[in-house]
Amino acid sequence: MSADRFHTIVTTVENKPGVLARVAGLFSRRGFNIESLAVAPTDDDKFSRITFTVDVESAPLEQVVKQLNKLINVVEIRELAPSDAVSRELMLITVSADAGHRKELMEIIEDWRAFVLADNSDQIMLSFSARTARLDEFEECLRPFGIAEIQRTGRVALPSLD
Amino acid sequence: MSDNQQISGGEALVKSLEHEGVDVIFGYPGGAILPVYDPIIDSSIRHILVRHEQGAGHMAEGYAHATGEPGVAMVTSGPGATNIVTPLADAFLDSVPMVCITGQVPYAAIGTDAFQECDTTGITMAVTKHNFLVTEAQDIPRIIHEAFHIATTGRPGPVLVDIPKDIVDPTNARSAMNWYTATDADMELPGYHPVAEGDRELIRQAAEMIRDAERPVLYVGGGILKARAADALRELAEMVQIPVVTTLMARGAFPDSHELNLGMPGMHGNYSAVTSMQKSDLLISLGARFDDRVTGKLDGFAPDAKIIHVDIDPAELDKVRRANVGIQGDCRLVIEGIITAMRELGGTEVQADRSVWRSTVSGWQEKFPLTYEQSAPGEKLKPQYVIEQLRDGNPSDTIVASGVGQHQMYTSQWWEFDHPYTWINSGGLGTMGFSIPAAIGAKAGMPDRRVWAVDGDGCFQMTAQELVTASVENIPIKVALLNNSYLGMVRQWQEMFYEERYSEVYLQERVPDYIKWAEAMGCAAIRVEAPEEVSPAIEKANEINDRPVVVEFVTDARENVFPMVPSGATNSELVVDPTQQHLLEGEQ
Repeated sequence: MSADRFHTIVTTVENKPGVLARVAGLFSRRGFNIESLAVAPTDDDKFSRITFTVDVESAPLEQVVKQLNKLINVVEIRELAPSDAVSRELMLITVSADAGHRKELMEIIEDWRAFVLADNSDQIMLSFSARTARLDEFEECLRPFGIAEIQRTGRVALPSLD
Repeated sequence: MSDNQQISGGEALVKSLEHEGVDVIFGYPGGAILPVYDPIIDSSIRHILVRHEQGAGHMAEGYAHATGEPGVAMVTSGPGATNIVTPLADAFLDSVPMVCITGQVPYAAIGTDAFQECDTTGITMAVTKHNFLVTEAQDIPRIIHEAFHIATTGRPGPVLVDIPKDIVDPTNARSAMNWYTATDADMELPGYHPVAEGDRELIRQAAEMIRDAERPVLYVGGGILKARAADALRELAEMVQIPVVTTLMARGAFPDSHELNLGMPGMHGNYSAVTSMQKSDLLISLGARFDDRVTGKLDGFAPDAKIIHVDIDPAELDKVRRANVGIQGDCRLVIEGIITAMRELGGTEVQADRSVWRSTVSGWQEKFPLTYEQSAPGEKLKPQYVIEQLRDGNPSDTIVASGVGQHQMYTSQWWEFDHPYTWINSGGLGTMGFSIPAAIGAKAGMPDRRVWAVDGDGCFQMTAQELVTASVENIPIKVALLNNSYLGMVRQWQEMFYEERYSEVYLQERVPDYIKWAEAMGCAAIRVEAPEEVSPAIEKANEINDRPVVVEFVTDARENVFPMVPSGATNSELVVDPTQQHLLEGEQ
């Protein structure tokens, strides 16, 4: 799977009921696959930001952007190719951490610069934020310990600085 | 009414529609929309009470097609709204400006599965250009203004406004609002900026490509009509002397009687229209969208052609076929720009030599005209003959609406469309039953024009009840019912592609009795079975103007529409009329 396959589209939409449904409905009826999606308010309460990662092999990116542009409530669209963007995703993960493996696990956590959010005698809950591919790798590292629960946000992105 | 006067949301809705210049509403009342029907009594707007909400929607479309003004339909919540989904989808695919008002259950009841509640904005999201759920009475004038603005600008389309009952019901405190006349300055549409002007540099490039092309074709779609660009198109075509094909949605955008017009392209297009596109080195697509019914199998479509694509909707550019020059803009403005650019480049004298192309195309026209075999004595009427007689028995500005199927193709092929806005049909969605309500809408908008609906018996049975509307509302349309007792187009496919295994296409010869049915609906009715009766019956129908007329022509079910590009084939594999098939040798 090439890294260039996933592009990030950052849209500013009017903060109105049903806007997410319009956007999601457009993707499904045009056959575009959404890899991930993140919705959040902006600093102006009239607008929200929806950030998608789309698989550009599922549909021409140009059509995705043009069709999004036709939605009346979509105010602005920025398309970020992987090379032009800084993107991050957040993961919360609860891992088994019995006494026998705890030391080894804490070393990994330190190496990866993850944060311990909570902790009891059996389990540790971590937060980890990085590029999506790094999240995948981190997850693989933790898998041998036993993953109890995992939750990822989908990526958000900003244009890179020159 | 002066601004700041306190009125109810229902009154504000009707005032807002008046303010938008609405003169006719096609509608059907019901519980949730009831409070709006009270101020309708005192309004200057004519309300036409339909017999089914689908009829209201198609009438609004027919009105819009004929007049160029947005059609307006108004229905209640729940089933009223779901019944109008088909016309919305139809208007969406054919870019018809339309505003649909739907009643909704009171705002506080939304989401409770209340009586006649459905998620109208959710259901219609995919088949409207935009829709609104109004939550406050105070927003009504602004949102109605926005709805008309969106429906009529950019690429036109249907807009739905869903209105909860409490904000229009004068007995509810939530309906109180201070009236204001909404203007463009009130609109809150930060994400809507249609672009009409084409890019000048791209227009210049297009003009250069036109200048240099040796085998160009003007491929003209419904966008020409939406942009009121028929005159500009004619000026361009005559200036550059390039042949024109008019798609199903563009019949009438360029006169059929004009020597440059090759007729309709596509699945049932004229041989010369289909083949000239196929062999062309430059397709100048104006307001067309490379629909699958035009291109046939895409891989093999116009393989040597460069593409100039002009469309108001940028999403159409490069959607199906990549354009060498794609210009976003209003067709009229861009065509005028191309004309100017051509002049700046040195006018028509510097154009490539196209004498070979011209003689090739006219050779095809002579060799492969549309044709059919007249009926032998004792045989049933040929549908093409009926259309020819209708064409010859009516003035050229007659408005013709058709349903969907063989009769639609025969009408598009055999009528001579010499004026824009005289042809109304369901091209994109292919909605059976479209013609009668669409013809009623057209006649309501253009009462002084003669309006014929050409319908098939399958279509007629879907929406015939609107002839009651036409009788009662005194909208005297005329219906030519081509009755072959079959779902003819499906029958044709089963004959050609399913080894003549006819499955569920026979509709019965004696039931219904269309004459009794038409008369029961208040229409005059005439049945025609012999060729010599056709013209007199049309003449008689044209003399009746105090009620609708239905002329039933009993036609030959064995007749098929030719030419035809079989589904999945390329346009080079066009099947012509059996009598011309031997002429194809050496052509393809």
